[in-house]
Amino acid sequence: MDLIASLGLGFSVALDPVNIFYCFLGVLLGTLVGVLPGIGPTATIAMLLPITFTLSPATALIMLAGIYYGAQYGGSTTAILINLPGESSSAVTAIDGYQMARQGRAGPALATAALGSFFAGTVATLLLAYFAPPLARAALNFGAPEYFSLIVLGLLVSIALAHGSILKALAMIVVGLLLGMVGQDIYTGQPRFTFGFRELFGGLNFVSVAVGVFGVAEILRNLENEKTREVMVKTVKNLWLTKDDFRRIVGPVVRGTAIGSLLGVLPGGGHILSSFASYSAEKRLSKHPEEFGKGAIEGVAGPESANNAAAQASFIPLMTLGIPAHPVMALMVGAFILQGITPGPNVINEQPALFWGIIASMWIGNILLVVLNLPLIGLWVKMLTIPYRILFPAIVMFACIGCYSINQNIFDVYAIAIFGLLGYLLIRFGCEPAPLLLGFVLGPLLEEHLRRAMIISRGDPMIFLERPISATLLGFAVLAVVIAVLPSIRKKRDQVFVEED
Amino acid sequence: MTISASRKDLASAAMFLAIGSYFTLEALNYDIGTPFRMGPGFMPVALGGVLIVLGLIVALTAFRGPDTDEPTPFPWRGLVLILGTIVFFGATIRGLGFIPVVFLSALATAFSSRANNPIAAVIIAVSLCALCLLIFVVGLGLLVPWFGPWLRF
Repeated sequence: MDLIASLGLGFSVALDPVNIFYCFLGVLLGTLVGVLPGIGPTATIAMLLPITFTLSPATALIMLAGIYYGAQYGGSTTAILINLPGESSSAVTAIDGYQMARQGRAGPALATAALGSFFAGTVATLLLAYFAPPLARAALNFGAPEYFSLIVLGLLVSIALAHGSILKALAMIVVGLLLGMVGQDIYTGQPRFTFGFRELFGGLNFVSVAVGVFGVAEILRNLENEKTREVMVKTVKNLWLTKDDFRRIVGPVVRGTAIGSLLGVLPGGGHILSSFASYSAEKRLSKHPEEFGKGAIEGVAGPESANNAAAQASFIPLMTLGIPAHPVMALMVGAFILQGITPGPNVINEQPALFWGIIASMWIGNILLVVLNLPLIGLWVKMLTIPYRILFPAIVMFACIGCYSINQNIFDVYAIAIFGLLGYLLIRFGCEPAPLLLGFVLGPLLEEHLRRAMIISRGDPMIFLERPISATLLGFAVLAVVIAVLPSIRKKRDQVFVEED
Repeated sequence: MTISASRKDLASAAMFLAIGSYFTLEALNYDIGTPFRMGPGFMPVALGGVLIVLGLIVALTAFRGPDTDEPTPFPWRGLVLILGTIVFFGATIRGLGFIPVVFLSALATAFSSRANNPIAAVIIAVSLCALCLLIFVVGLGLLVPWFGPWLRF
C-alpha cells in the first residue's frame, strides 16, 4: 500500500547525506544538552532556530527534531550516572537507574535505556507514519469552532500535568495568551500593547520569549546556589546485558512503548506522565515489587521506553493538526513558520517529501543515538564534569546573538532580558513557565479561530456545543480540569512530583 | 514577617494582578466590538479580566499557610550582570561591532558566577568570542561589522 511508497519517499529524503549530517548534528547536540546541566531542549531549540533559518525546511526540521529526542536520551544518562535527571521525563529513570549505577551496574542500566528507547522509538515512528495521514484527512474537515475547542483542550490538559498549583498554571496560560496578543490585530491592523514601538507591531519574537523564560531564567535560578555536581561513576564498563537481564526487560519495554505511544499524543507533557505511568505499572506487575527503588532493571526499561515513545508520538498532533503538545513542539511550530510553512493537515499533501522525510529521519536518528551513546559513553561521562560556570556565559551569548540574527532587531535582544527576569520571578514564586510559552504560541491562533467561529455563528457562542466534534473536545477539556482537581488524583500527583524532587 | 501567608503565592498573585490590570486597562482603549464582530479589544479585555480573577483567588489561597521552604537568597550579582549584559549587547551591537561586544558581554557574564576568577573569565571570553565569530559571522554569514562604526577614527 502507499504507506510503503510514502516511507520510501521519506527515506530517500532522510538518507540524503546532508540530512543525515544534520540529523547527526541534532542528536549530538540534543544528547549534549540532555547531559549538560542548566540547559534543556526548549532553550536549545529556541537558540538554534535562527541557525536553521538558512537550511532547507526538511533539513532544518530534521535537525530540530533530532535535538528533541536526543535530549530525552541524554537526560537519562545523567539520571543514571549522577541521579540528576537532565529532563523531567527521566526523573523516574533516576530512581532505579542510579541505584543500579551505585551497585556497579551502570553499564547494563545505560544499555537498557538505549535499547528500550530504540525499540520504543521505532514503534512510535511507525505509529506516527500509520496514523498521521488519516488524522490529517480528518483534520481537513475541522472548521474554526473545532480548532478553537482543540486549542482550549490542549491548553487545559497542559495544566493538569504542570508542576504545583493548578491555579497558578491556569494563570500562566492566560499570561501567555495575553503576551501573544501583542502586535497588530489580525483583522483591523490596530497595534496593540506596543507602547508605540514600531518594532513590536509584528508581535513579540517568540524565540526571545522562549530563550528568556527557559534559558536566562534557568541560569539565574542556578546562580542562586552554585554547587558542583558529584560524578560518582568515573568509567562505565561492561555494557552488555546478561541473558537474565534481557528476559527481564522485554515485557517492560513493550508495555512502556504502548503506554508512551498512547499518552504521548496528549497535549501538555504526555512524556512525563507516561514514564510515571509505566513505572507504577511495572511495579504493580512485578513479582518482586520490593526491588523497585533498589536497582530493578525493569524500573529503567519501562519508563525509558515510555518516554521515548511519547516523545515521538507527540509529533502526531503537531504534524496532523498543527497543534503543539508542549513547549518544544511549540518551537517546532515556529520553525515551520520561519520556513514559510504553516503546520497542519495540509503539510502531508503539499509537502510530502518534508513530512515523510521528518518521520523517516526519526528512525535514523534513533539508530544514530544508539551508536552515539553506547560506544561513546565515556565521552559523555567526561561531559558531565564540565563546570557550569563555563557553560552559562556561552548560553547567554548564543541567546543574544541568535535572537539578534533572526531579524537584526535589537528589540528581540531586550525582550530576552525582560522575559528572563519575568520568567525568573515567576519560577521563584512557584509558577511553571511551560504553560506560559504554550499560551503564547497558541494565543494568536485561539483568538483567530474564536473570532472566525463567532462570525460564522453570527455571535452565538452555542456553536461550540452544537457541533459534535467541537463539543466532544470541550467535554474532554472540562474532564481534564475536573480530574486534575479531584482530591484523590491531586494527592497522587503530589506524590509523583515529590519523588521527582 | 508576622503575617502567616505564603509569600510566594502573594507575590505571584501581585504579578498576575499587575499584568492583568495593564492588559485590561490598555485594551479598553481599543474597539471592543460585539460578540458577532469582535474588535481588537475583545480578547485582551476578557483574558485580562480572567487573569485578575485568578490573581485574586491565588491571593486568597496564600492565607492557607506560610511557605514551608526557606526563601533562597536573591542572586543580585547574576541578575544585574546577566540582564545588564543582554541590554548592553542590544544597545551596542550595531555601534561597537561584533568582536568588542561579544568579548565584553562574555566577560561580564562570566563574572556573574563567584566560581570564576579573572583569568578564567578572560579565557572564557576570548574563546567564546572566537567560537561565536566562527559560527555566526563566518559560518552563517550574519551581517554585522567585526568592529563597528563607533570604533573607526
